[in-house]
Amino acid sequence: MSAIVSVRNLRKAYAGGFEALKSINLDIEEGEILALLGPNGAGKTTLISTICGITVPTSGTITVGGHDTQSDFRAARNLIGLVPQEVSLEPFETVMSTVSFSRGLFGKPRDDGYIERILDQLSLGDKKNNKVMTLSGGMKRRVLIAKALSHEPRVLFLDEPTAGVDVELRKDMWEVVAGLKASGVTIILTTHYIEEAEAIADRVGVISKGEILLIEDKAHLMAQMGKKQLKIELAQATATVPDALKGYELSRADDGLTLTYTYDTKGERTGITTLLNDLQKAGLQMKDIRTEQSSLEDIFVGLVKETA
Amino acid sequence: MNLHAVRTIYVTEMRRFFRTIMQSLISPVLSTSLYFVVFGAAIGSRIDTVEGVSYGAFIVPGLIMLSVMTQATTNASFGIYFPKFIGTIYELLSAPVSFLEIVAGYVGAAATKALFIGVIILITAFFFVDIQIAHPVAMVAFLILTCFSFALLGFIIGIWAGNFEQLQIIPLLIITPLVFLGGSFYSITMLPPVWQTITLFNPVVYLISGFRWSFFGTADVGIAFSLFAIALFTGICLTVIWWIFRTGWRIRQ
Repeated sequence: MSAIVSVRNLRKAYAGGFEALKSINLDIEEGEILALLGPNGAGKTTLISTICGITVPTSGTITVGGHDTQSDFRAARNLIGLVPQEVSLEPFETVMSTVSFSRGLFGKPRDDGYIERILDQLSLGDKKNNKVMTLSGGMKRRVLIAKALSHEPRVLFLDEPTAGVDVELRKDMWEVVAGLKASGVTIILTTHYIEEAEAIADRVGVISKGEILLIEDKAHLMAQMGKKQLKIELAQATATVPDALKGYELSRADDGLTLTYTYDTKGERTGITTLLNDLQKAGLQMKDIRTEQSSLEDIFVGLVKETA
Repeated sequence: MNLHAVRTIYVTEMRRFFRTIMQSLISPVLSTSLYFVVFGAAIGSRIDTVEGVSYGAFIVPGLIMLSVMTQATTNASFGIYFPKFIGTIYELLSAPVSFLEIVAGYVGAAATKALFIGVIILITAFFFVDIQIAHPVAMVAFLILTCFSFALLGFIIGIWAGNFEQLQIIPLLIITPLVFLGGSFYSITMLPPVWQTITLFNPVVYLISGFRWSFFGTADVGIAFSLFAIALFTGICLTVIWWIFRTGWRIRQ
């Protein structure tokens, strides 16, 4: 796989001095779904807007399909479709004409057949002659997607596609995204819903205060999440972990009252039974035991807190 | 050059015009007819001729200019302000179009609409007064240039405006007074000498005078001056737009 979008040392500072992006480096592979997770104001929208040409980078370079977004903006933007966060649509136009408008803007000749296919894919086929203002909120979001797809882009940016959308519609949207991926479109979506990233992304990036803190395969992250911790509270503090228990790689809390054992829930043997037996043999008295599971949310919250 | 994009913007803007055809055309026709009744019939009956032209005919070029200038400005300013206001501007900014193409689409459409209205008013005028056009080619050229240059001005206003009030303020507070005081309804030779001098600082005087010359062959100021004035005005607007394009002022941060 090769990078279809490549961002190098991207910095964006506004006139007031606010630094929205601090030296971002990011490669987006062709055909993947990348979810950018981050709290409000993290710089997700600024990053997308800068790649799409709505804002101008202060420094750094962006290429899309090998074309620089500044010096070769036409070729770069031809490859990109953008679904903005705000539902911004001309209210008096019909669905068909507003989607055709987008296609024309991208320099493509009129092709009603193609537009109708997209509308059908998005379950908007029977609304094509309706005025935009008569549609429901969910339908309007679909119209935005149809507009973004009208010129057959290879990369689709979805800025918070499910913000403020009900659960059912969110699932619908995920299906739409999965369908687009199947048709070979590279998808970058921003979200602050962790479940969303878990449900549909191939890779997850965490962004906070204008920096990418982590970008990792979802499978790898999930593997980390598959780990559980067994916390053993002792009746009496122990100064060291007894030699007999060395094999378990226990970690001892500073007060010596808690031992933590990390194990893989997906492993064939978790080793819990033998650990508990060995603890007894080593003469340690247990007061309480509990287990904890780290989730993507913990990783996310941990990362975001670190930079706070 | 993304000609598809220019055409798309142009056609969409024109469609908006035809969707509201009644208000787009009826109001200028109605207001012009009122001007004819009030100025032409009521006042004109007391003024015999101005520079050898009947008063009713004399005001025709001024009336056309008044409508064309305000229509070109308001149409172009609204055309680009509306996407800014409702947020659909994101699409223009992320599309493979240059600023020049955006300007061509919006300004072209606004100028066409103004031209339409100018022609309609001229046709309306034929019902009220007897007019002959001495220099038809010059007349058409003046009309087109005025539509185009004031649409450029409107585009600048639309980019600059941060709210609807600002959008209205320049046409209302600057263009209308300048046109009224620019000799639309009188020859500036009818003014006291001091006011004649002051009036010469009003750029609209040159446009109306040139346009009137193309009808009647007489003018307040030389035709060369008029041509120079409209060329200068167009040049200034183009320079400002070029600067907006370079800096992304108020549109692309």
